[in-house]
Amino acid sequence: MQAEAVDTSSKTELLNLYQQMYLIREFEERSGEMYTRGLIRGFLHLYSGEEAIAVGAISTLEDRDSVVTHYRDHGHALARGMDPKVAMAELFGKATGSSKGKGGSMHLFQASRNFYGGHAIVGGHLPLAAGLAMAAQYKDTGGVALCFMGDGSMNEGEFHETLNLASVWKLPMIFFLENNLYGMGTAVDRVHAKGGDFDMAGAPYGIDCTVVDGMDVLAVREATTAAVENARSGAGPAYIEAKTFRFHGHSLSDPVKYRSREEEQEWRKRDPLSVLSDQLLKQDLTTEQELLEIRKSQDEVVREAVKFAQDSPEPTGDELYTDVYAGD
Amino acid sequence: MPEINIRDALQMGHHEALEGDPDVLIMGEDIGAYGGAYSVTAGLLDEFGPNRVRDTPISEAAFVGAGIGAAVGGLKPIVEYMNLNFALLAFDQMINIGASLRYMSGGQVSVPIVYRAPTGGGIQLAATHSRSYENWLAAVPGMKVVAPSTPADALGLLRSALADPDPVLVVEHVLMYQRKGMVPDEHFTVPIGKADIRRPGSDVTIVSYHHAMITAMEVADKLAARDISAEVIDLRSLRPLDMPTVIESVQKTNRVLLIEENWKTGGIMGEIAAQIQEDAFDYLDGPIARVGSEDVPHPYNRGLEQSMLPSSDKALAALSTAYGI
Repeated sequence: MQAEAVDTSSKTELLNLYQQMYLIREFEERSGEMYTRGLIRGFLHLYSGEEAIAVGAISTLEDRDSVVTHYRDHGHALARGMDPKVAMAELFGKATGSSKGKGGSMHLFQASRNFYGGHAIVGGHLPLAAGLAMAAQYKDTGGVALCFMGDGSMNEGEFHETLNLASVWKLPMIFFLENNLYGMGTAVDRVHAKGGDFDMAGAPYGIDCTVVDGMDVLAVREATTAAVENARSGAGPAYIEAKTFRFHGHSLSDPVKYRSREEEQEWRKRDPLSVLSDQLLKQDLTTEQELLEIRKSQDEVVREAVKFAQDSPEPTGDELYTDVYAGD
Repeated sequence: MPEINIRDALQMGHHEALEGDPDVLIMGEDIGAYGGAYSVTAGLLDEFGPNRVRDTPISEAAFVGAGIGAAVGGLKPIVEYMNLNFALLAFDQMINIGASLRYMSGGQVSVPIVYRAPTGGGIQLAATHSRSYENWLAAVPGMKVVAPSTPADALGLLRSALADPDPVLVVEHVLMYQRKGMVPDEHFTVPIGKADIRRPGSDVTIVSYHHAMITAMEVADKLAARDISAEVIDLRSLRPLDMPTVIESVQKTNRVLLIEENWKTGGIMGEIAAQIQEDAFDYLDGPIARVGSEDVPHPYNRGLEQSMLPSSDKALAALSTAYGI
């Protein structure tokens, strides 16, 4: 699907998409730096290159909707409105982080925005999203659940079980596949019976399937808008596949020996930030200067986030024992 | 109220929960049209409809995880496993998500779900349908696990589980559904994390739970015939454990016999023994006697299965070895 929606969106909205995508990019690049400086530990999976998906898809949601995602989750958290300071502080493991330093990069949560993680067992979060959709359906809130998953989840049992369950119960949810072509270091076509061809993966379960360009935020937004409207109206779940590419390795400890520099260069030519800025400039909806101002403002936001994280206190020792059960 | 059995008590608990709270729903394999593999949910579909009594596909990970998501989304789901052995297919959901969300989110997310599952051996279902895994789940912080051995406890613990803001697993022994007992007429609950002294005594403390409680009471009877007074403690909750009740008893009797149906290796009684020696070492007159299932997969043959499970003879032998009584 190619986006044709440029004219129908207001300029402010479009620039807001650019701003969010750039915020994520800058957040990721600076996080990577902090990781190499040893200020962020554990695993760090960067979303650079995939920003159009989180931003485009989440921009279609309302407050009553839920979002659940995998462990490459910074982009989704920020797109859902998490304060970059709180997100960065969580990466630093600080008391001011979204989970008070108990979750880390892979487990970001913001319940007040119905953002329920950040899950690090591949495919394990799909049933959770189905349950959130089920609660919305049961309580008749009109809400939907948007569930992001990576290509690695396509061979997990939970994917197949959950699509079936969601279809049988007509759950208001969207399964959004971010196909970045590699499950860690394994190319999808090496481990999938149909050569990594996921475009119709919802079809066996009677779920409508859409394929969209994952580097084009407007195309992502358009496809998700349709799926969300259908789900909200009671038509049941939808499945969307977006092909995309992570510009960095699987995590910061990945030397990226399994893919060619040529492939990386090809994908970088379709950097989602450039794709959008080209669209906007071509239609005279913005200027280079305006985009530069946006980038500068977001650079500052991320600088402040890093400073906030650095200056924040470590969790106190007694935090170890809180939040295991209610009332702890 | 006349004597009722454990199945009746559980059924009563489900009925009143569905009636009393519109956010309660039950989901699981064959719980609706079929009426439940052990008939606990029989009749509920007709009364409450398919939206609240949901037959699921045979997809443990999906429906258990969906139950967790529904709990996060504000519902109060009761998720029934047809057998706890099938929970192995959803350990990821129960442990990595259900028991971890509150902590991983820094306290932002509650998972008020109740899991229920038949468990245990003794009916010749061999290696894949007979095991007791509740001790594994009781090893997980964030989980609560209860194991009633009387109708009153089944109802009272189910009520507490439903009122609890955290995930609670209620395990039901397959051989105990028809076990009868008195249930109070007035409303009552049984607190999670509180053991019950089933029989007071002064010479030896017997700690057990679930179906092994029957063995424990048999042992106490046999000891009584020899003028040995046993205090029998039913743990009822495996997490949190009520160790103060156990320790207080040991300080009085100075002798301990632990009986469980789990494999002895890695069973929960190993933990109980460790805590007793930590907190009451000086009170012990000898080593802690312990009986569990033999460390083999469950056999089909009745004789073999019976010799694999704990028995009062094995328990008395262990007691004799430890204390010469």
